[in-house]
Amino acid sequence: MTATSSGSRFVNIGERTNVTGSAKFKKLIMAGDYPAAVEVARQQVENGAQVIDVNMDEGLLDAVEAMTTYLKLLAAEPDIARVPVMVDSSKWEVIEAGLKCVSGKPIVNSISMKEGEAPFLEAARKCMDYGAAVVVMAFDETGQADTKARKIEICKRAYALLTGIGFPPEDIIFDPNVFAVATGIEEHDRYGLDFIEAVAEIRAACPHVHFSGGLSNLSFSFRGNETVRRAMHSVFLYHAIPAGLDMAIVNAGQLDVYDQIDLVLRDACEDVILMRRPGVGEDGKTATERLIDLAESYKGKDVVAEKAAEEWRGWDVVKRLEHALVKGIDAYVVEDTEEARARIFAAGGRPIEVIEGPLMGGMNVVGDLFGSGKMFLPQVVKSARVMKKAVAHLIPFIEADKQPGAKAKGRIIMATVKGDVHDIGKNIVGVVLQCNGYEVIDLGVMVPWPKILEAANENQADIIGLSGLITPSLDEMVTVAEEMQRAEMNIPLLIGGATTSKVHTALRIDPAYTGTVVHVLDASRAVGVASQLLSDTQADGFKASVAIDYEKVREARANKGQSDLLPLAEARANRFPADFALKPGAPAQPGLHVFEAWDLADLAEVIDWTPFFRAWELAGNYPAILTDDVVGESATSLFADAQAMLARIIDEKWLTARGVCALWPAHADGDDVVLEGGTRLPFLRQQVKKSRDRANFCLADFIDPAGDWLGGFAVAIHGIEPHLARFQAVHDDYSDILLKALADRFAEAFAERLHQHVRTTLWGYAPGEQLTNEALIREEYRGIRPAPGYPACPDHSLKPILFDLLRAPDNAGIVLTESQAMLPTAAVSGFYFGHPQSEYFGVARIGRDQLEEYAARRGVDVPTAERWLRPNLD
Amino acid sequence: MSARETFLAEAAKRILITDGAFGTEIQNWKLSEADYAGALGLGHDQKGNNDILALTKPEVPEAIHRAYFEAGADIAETNTFSANRISQADYGAEDLVREINAESAKLARRLADEFQAKDGRPRFVAGAIGPTNKTLSLSPDVNDPGYREIEWDTLVDVYKEQAAALVEGGADFILIETVFDTLNAKAGIMAVRQLEQELGREVPIMLSMTLTDLSGRNLSGHTVEAFWHAVRHAKPITIGLNCSFGATQLRPHVKTLAETADTLIMIYPNAGLPNELGEYDEMPDTTAGFVGEWAVAGQVNVLGGCCGSTPAHIAAIARKVAGLEPRNLPRLEPVTRLAGLEPFILPA
Repeated sequence: MTATSSGSRFVNIGERTNVTGSAKFKKLIMAGDYPAAVEVARQQVENGAQVIDVNMDEGLLDAVEAMTTYLKLLAAEPDIARVPVMVDSSKWEVIEAGLKCVSGKPIVNSISMKEGEAPFLEAARKCMDYGAAVVVMAFDETGQADTKARKIEICKRAYALLTGIGFPPEDIIFDPNVFAVATGIEEHDRYGLDFIEAVAEIRAACPHVHFSGGLSNLSFSFRGNETVRRAMHSVFLYHAIPAGLDMAIVNAGQLDVYDQIDLVLRDACEDVILMRRPGVGEDGKTATERLIDLAESYKGKDVVAEKAAEEWRGWDVVKRLEHALVKGIDAYVVEDTEEARARIFAAGGRPIEVIEGPLMGGMNVVGDLFGSGKMFLPQVVKSARVMKKAVAHLIPFIEADKQPGAKAKGRIIMATVKGDVHDIGKNIVGVVLQCNGYEVIDLGVMVPWPKILEAANENQADIIGLSGLITPSLDEMVTVAEEMQRAEMNIPLLIGGATTSKVHTALRIDPAYTGTVVHVLDASRAVGVASQLLSDTQADGFKASVAIDYEKVREARANKGQSDLLPLAEARANRFPADFALKPGAPAQPGLHVFEAWDLADLAEVIDWTPFFRAWELAGNYPAILTDDVVGESATSLFADAQAMLARIIDEKWLTARGVCALWPAHADGDDVVLEGGTRLPFLRQQVKKSRDRANFCLADFIDPAGDWLGGFAVAIHGIEPHLARFQAVHDDYSDILLKALADRFAEAFAERLHQHVRTTLWGYAPGEQLTNEALIREEYRGIRPAPGYPACPDHSLKPILFDLLRAPDNAGIVLTESQAMLPTAAVSGFYFGHPQSEYFGVARIGRDQLEEYAARRGVDVPTAERWLRPNLD
Repeated sequence: MSARETFLAEAAKRILITDGAFGTEIQNWKLSEADYAGALGLGHDQKGNNDILALTKPEVPEAIHRAYFEAGADIAETNTFSANRISQADYGAEDLVREINAESAKLARRLADEFQAKDGRPRFVAGAIGPTNKTLSLSPDVNDPGYREIEWDTLVDVYKEQAAALVEGGADFILIETVFDTLNAKAGIMAVRQLEQELGREVPIMLSMTLTDLSGRNLSGHTVEAFWHAVRHAKPITIGLNCSFGATQLRPHVKTLAETADTLIMIYPNAGLPNELGEYDEMPDTTAGFVGEWAVAGQVNVLGGCCGSTPAHIAAIARKVAGLEPRNLPRLEPVTRLAGLEPFILPA
């Protein structure tokens, strides 16, 4: 770790977050516009500041309040908080308040002997206890050090005092005071040189210390003439750094490169700062007067502003398209694509060549970066958005050209299987494949097998890819494989989606089809699998290795000797002995409750963001993921986009949260829960033999056979379709996926919030509950809300019973597919158990005995029960 | 000799052993609500309030300390992870904070002295201070990133109350452990500094960070090296890592810390990662094998276990590292070590 990336020892301290130095920042703080003030800090870091100086010393401001508010906000911004803070104030109480908010190791700016030795040492001791380095101003009881001799004397004295109380010398930073030069007062002429010379001498006398200085004082006489001020600062630094100046409070974005300063100006500055030509010269002027004359000619010019902000716009169009694709910038893509098309057309080329040439070239760069882990999914999807816009612009030209398009690397049919409505993952895989030159024909969701096979034949597809999220989809995938076999197809079949697994693919799907079946773990693997399957040279080897791999899985499974199952009667004897003295009382408001439009802003507060990032294949927990070394940048950018869309969803009422819940009198009867009115809800019991003293759980264990209560709920997010249509119309996959992912988060948040409302108000067994969002996510509340189709209650087919009880189609607008997937897709349903000992568990594998008994209790035949419980039977 | 001097002298001879998990050991006792509550007559349920057992069922922590000393531990960490005013308020036991800590420390002290008397080998008591469930650096409210559930001064007082009682009961060191928020740890350090001033003597600090993701950061976002920079002013007698992951996941971060910290390194990982049932099933010899690699590589001075470890794990670790050379402390250049979430070094 070196001090600066440029290799220089010099540290840039960002000074725009200082109300005494920046009028703009002062205005923002005075107006209480902290979000904009935080952006100032972000710009500083982006411009290369390695430490952020924060100063709130303004007479009309409560500096303690402003300092603590601002530092706490900075702590929430990982890309700012990564650098150390310099807590800057002339008042100790402001500094100390700041130190209580800074979690790393900061710098205090500043302390001095102005009030004498005792307060100086007391402040120093506190800095040691808080763990801070400290800037010591060259200031003593008699005043500020101006001359070289005074600077040296004061700093040496402070050094002796500090090291005397054990203050680490390397944590001392002296500020020997930069004063204004070229003021016209002769005594001031030496100030620049005195500083530089004093630094060199103090450094020799006080081992390990550092030096800092506030540069803006130096050029105070040239207020309003930025060109001259910048030149003076750069010249000063150029000479002070070799003497020992380590850091300076300076606007990191506004320093000139010494070598690039106009030579005449540079010479004039050096004459003044270094006193190179003291006295009156041949022209009858002093160095100061010459600089003042020269300064006139620079007034109002701003060299830096002349530098084009968006340099890349000046590049060649091919390079610009590549840049836009890699960076995911769609602002200019249509005009750039048109420019490329016109150029190729003028050279006698065809419109398709824009795609084959620059666009595919750019996408290949994207593909390589993604493949090597240097780009992440959200960025790739943004790139795809740019690509699609470019292609959309070209299509009319290509159509007019009437010649066949480029041969894609391969044509892939993709579908979410019948009964399932989830497609975020499938869409991401589709985008990634398209980015890598494959033609993707997406059949959408709830696609029955005949349509999949038909599309494959009609389009002469090279590969079929199936996706599904809910467990019944696993069976449907087996059906598709069986039908492909019957149709004597032999193209590869790819399997993906949250509930799919290599084990299930090897055990159930692969044996059903003689063609190659491959489980694809996530979108990043899809391209590798597709390219190997369609490669002339690698396909055979790859298919053989997959076949061997899956055979091994099957063998391992056959030899595994599954964990022992207890006979159902024994499992039941080992039921969880809930203490029904603890059961919650009767609900405050029993019966059915309908919510037509829950406030989205309220739901946004309880969103659990970690699964959102997982949907984009970014691994890590929120908020740590935002600062993750590998995916942090990508996650932060995605999160910013999500927040922006979230704000629009709420402000412009894109979506509606509809829900229903109910609380019913109930009692347990064996492993069933029977509601007043006679509805019977059969639940499954764990049968795997338990080690230690764990019970064999069943949800019915949490309900008192002598009389109790059970709840149910269903919530959904409505209204997404017109917005998706809007995004699809402009080929914006990124926003499409983003909105779907956010709708899912809203549904989960609604379930969380409604459950809380039930606990505190409707059922009311936890009226005083006050939980943070983190605590909600960690489920630190009393009671559970298991959902049909999930581990504690794996039978999806309980959903129709629940929906009837809730009249969910009428009350919440939710309907079920034949596989019991919910529509709209962003929906959650489940049961409420209020007992304080109730907990989530997985039913896992059950025996034949329970299957048969369950079928009877459920009132279905055994093969039907078998179909619904397939994952629990293997 | 002071406890610090004795500890440093012992650590120069060999790799020292600290103890293992308490929570999972206490579970084996299958205690009832009545066992926890004792005769204190508190209004709240006490089941799960492991720390209160020092008052209501002291034979439980005593037996566990004994088992760890028998397994070869040199250090007993008091059973006081949650014995602070904030966490105890959940059980309505906040007024018992002093008593719980003092009794817990006394109990550990008595056993440490008993074992030391038997074989003459020094035993130490580390007064354990957990992070509380509040954080100084993070807002629990996503829409108000500037909000904090607790303020610095409050937390310093909470820690000071606990540390004072632990020292009163005979703790040699204050172990600020499972640090998920670096600023909380800094408040803990400030509390001990204030206590030292009141007592007029040194109270050595041990610090142990916990990582919350595999990139090697804690919850407040600090890297291992940034954490070290942020707490070096405590002049801790040990610094290290505990909990979070098993030994395999900690390996790169142990190496970083061993290279950058000029004090003793203490690592006590979980016994692997929990299985699907939330249980730790890494076998003692497996854990010992992993942590033994650090010992062989000269990266550690003190080893022990966190969640899921048992006396058998500690015994296996002790056997594994017996006779191995402890890590030599690196000599650091006197450069300025600053930190945001990431370390920043000003060269000399």
